[in-house]
Amino acid sequence: MIVVPFLICFPFAVAAVLMFAKGVKAQGRLAYIGAAFIAAAVVALGYGRIIGGFEPIRLYYDTKIADHVIFAAEIVIMLIVTYLCFKYEKKWVCLLSVIPTAVIGITEFTFTGPEINHIYIDRLSMLMCLIIGIIGGLIIVYAVGYMSGYHMHHKEVKNRSNYFIALLFLFMGAMFGFVLSSNLIWLFFFWECTSVCSFLLIGYTRTQEAVENSFRALWMNLLGGLVLSLGIAYFAFHANTLSLDDFIKAGAEGNPYAILPIAAMAFAALTKSAQLPFSTWLLGAMVAPTPSSALLHSATMVKAGVYVLFRLAPAMSGTTTGDMIALIGGFTFLVTSIMAIAQSDGKRVLALSTVSNLGLMVACAGIGTPETIWAGVFLMIFHAVSKSLLFLDVGATENTLHSRDIEDMHGMLYFLPRLTVFMFIGIAGMFLAPFGMLISKWAALRAAVDGNNIALLLFIVFGSATTSFYWSKWMGKLISHPHAEHSHIKDITRLSETVPMWIQAVLMVVLCVAFPFLSRVFVDPLLREMFGTGGQVLSQGLLYMLVVVICFVFAVPPITYYFSSKIHSNIKLAYMGGINTGDNTSFVDSFGDEKRLWLSNYYFAGRVGIRKIMVPCQLFATAVIIIMFCIILGVTL
Amino acid sequence: MRNSIISVIAYILLAPIAGGLLEGIDRKISARMQRRVGPPLLQPFYDVAKLFKKQVISVTNAQTFLLLSYLVFMVLTGSMFFAGSDILLCMFVLSTAAMFLYFASTVTSSPYSTIGASRELIQMIAYEPAVLMACVGFYLVDGSFEIHEIASSPVSSIFNLPGVFAAFVFIITIKMRKSPFDISTSHHAHQEIVKGITSEMGARNLALFTVTEWYENVFLMGVIGLFVVNKNPYSYISALFVVVIVYFLEILIDNTSARMKQREMLKLSWAVTLVLAGSNIWILMLIK
Repeated sequence: MIVVPFLICFPFAVAAVLMFAKGVKAQGRLAYIGAAFIAAAVVALGYGRIIGGFEPIRLYYDTKIADHVIFAAEIVIMLIVTYLCFKYEKKWVCLLSVIPTAVIGITEFTFTGPEINHIYIDRLSMLMCLIIGIIGGLIIVYAVGYMSGYHMHHKEVKNRSNYFIALLFLFMGAMFGFVLSSNLIWLFFFWECTSVCSFLLIGYTRTQEAVENSFRALWMNLLGGLVLSLGIAYFAFHANTLSLDDFIKAGAEGNPYAILPIAAMAFAALTKSAQLPFSTWLLGAMVAPTPSSALLHSATMVKAGVYVLFRLAPAMSGTTTGDMIALIGGFTFLVTSIMAIAQSDGKRVLALSTVSNLGLMVACAGIGTPETIWAGVFLMIFHAVSKSLLFLDVGATENTLHSRDIEDMHGMLYFLPRLTVFMFIGIAGMFLAPFGMLISKWAALRAAVDGNNIALLLFIVFGSATTSFYWSKWMGKLISHPHAEHSHIKDITRLSETVPMWIQAVLMVVLCVAFPFLSRVFVDPLLREMFGTGGQVLSQGLLYMLVVVICFVFAVPPITYYFSSKIHSNIKLAYMGGINTGDNTSFVDSFGDEKRLWLSNYYFAGRVGIRKIMVPCQLFATAVIIIMFCIILGVTL
Repeated sequence: MRNSIISVIAYILLAPIAGGLLEGIDRKISARMQRRVGPPLLQPFYDVAKLFKKQVISVTNAQTFLLLSYLVFMVLTGSMFFAGSDILLCMFVLSTAAMFLYFASTVTSSPYSTIGASRELIQMIAYEPAVLMACVGFYLVDGSFEIHEIASSPVSSIFNLPGVFAAFVFIITIKMRKSPFDISTSHHAHQEIVKGITSEMGARNLALFTVTEWYENVFLMGVIGLFVVNKNPYSYISALFVVVIVYFLEILIDNTSARMKQREMLKLSWAVTLVLAGSNIWILMLIK
């Protein structure tokens, strides 16, 4: 099992080498090779697991040296954070790093319990590894080409692209460590690693806005880390073990000393997966170059929070924590999808839809039955692929159009066909039947009814309507006929950017078609491993039917394009009350002058914009969390 | 199995006829309400036949394909419904179908068509919650999303779902684009958005649209009927009776109300869904 330490350590090593590598070419090559090795290692690990019949593996019982290294690294991280906090005059934030480090240090050195395994690989962590390794690797490949283009357009930003790519590698290493660790101390270390990595990525451009947003991300995530560290210390003190397994078992058995730590860990997961009231850090994260957004939104960071919640699901099901987490998830799903209606900035829509989608996953985890976790796992797989594809695509579109406004994408199918098809596939993957939204809505609806949870039911029912609204109007924009001059627009996407998109688009289609198979051979056994029973909601027959539907949906944009470019007969002007000026793009106004026709979508920014409803929603979610902790403290103390 | 195949074939063959007749009756009754004689009962069929024969003129060729997709998805929805399949899946395919109508209209980049399409999207978010609530209601009362099980329940679902039924009837008006919710289109081309979503559909395309509407209306009336039917075969007669009443109600509302603003429509339909369907379902959950 040499591949496990390789996965964790190799990205760190690549990151270190990249920091000192000279020359753009060499850095690029190094990044490609590193990403390829990581993806290959993940695939090898997956293959090995298939051969080995997926028996869960427990590794590394005696890890004195590694423990010391990790503790030293934790101190280093703390020092870096403290230094940056003082440098940028945000002194209080460093407390959020110092206190947890101290708490974990004391816990570790006073801990006298038995030595346990530090690494645990089951299907869920294997799945996470595949997502991180493959999607993350593709994003890094894309980042190499993107960053050189980025620095050509943004002369004001100092070129530190080797540092940027090194951070991406670091991030991947931390994520591997996080999903593979079964020791709570290790888990916490990698948790803090991802928080700090995202902080450094967001602050990459060092502009005022980037610094502000990066510190917001930092304090929110470190706050989660603080609560997590307290939870771990409390649990270690009472249960005399540091094993994640025992932690979940204690929770599932309803041991009173486990209630508070489970709530603490769930709270930490909420900060990481950007649920309300902590959503603002993820929205602010967009100031960084696109690959970092893609990585944060799809393969890493936010998925870490969801991963933890899935792990906790057996322990949360039916408890106060579970109910409240489900409530916050459902609420986030609804209100962020409403906010997304008001956005015309493509990346902001993507960001809000990430938060919204994560809300659904969090709700699934909070309910914590096999059926909802089945839905949640599928949602996570589809979301990782399609969101990464969409971010890469919007990034490439922005480089070409010099705008990422959805209004400027009007008729994009006719001047950037390739990018549009990718975008179409990505959006279809996000909300159209049969995947993602549909199956999880299905399962979550049923679970909400079975659990007599009227609030969650209403959130899902109304949220699904608003979700399809903002995606449909985006899709409609793409396929409309262009209303502006576009002959000067040339697709300048590089090969290294196109290839990852191709792979992800193909992966998306394959996933859709193979998803009944995937459910049978992988996700259902995953649930048996977790719960002892399967959780497939839909019969195989229905799943196949959905596959037929989706194949049809995917066929639409190419055929539309084909139809409109090949056949030229009986084409007449659009109706404009008889005042067209010869084409469909302008008309005669009341002064007799020619006026351009400009078509736009509805946004209702004044009514449902972020500025209007974010703060009340945050207040509500904060209230829910405070109530949750009050109830739990009342029960335990 | 054989029964469901027969009913699917019956739906595919007979739904356009039933839908066309419904429209004929609709026009006739509307005319009588306005003290006109009105067209003959079979006029909708003559119209569609003529539309199919006319020379095809359109703004973009892609529209035909998108409308065909709309038709196919709508037929799929209805077939799944009458085959007794999963009602939630039906409704999801239905919303996919509605998306294609949106695409077919927005692809033209014609101003009236685009505004109609955008408004159609607003209509979609206005009615979708109530549609899902209806599915949830059936599941709560009959313990299954499977339509054949809902239809063979011991008691008619409507007795336990009066609020959900009322909300569903309310949003059917939106779904059928009848006044006061004819927001995305209009009965007459001289209004401010011309014909809205159908402005740029002519000849064969308009015929496709009309036939799809017939399929849709039959499907929607089927859902209304599903509220009434139970394992007793005679319940199908009362279901038919309820369908007739509901359809008449739609015609009456259509003829007696003026168009609403979209924001008011959205607020009203969500409020109705929340209050009627929401409280109905909440009570069911409490007494379960």
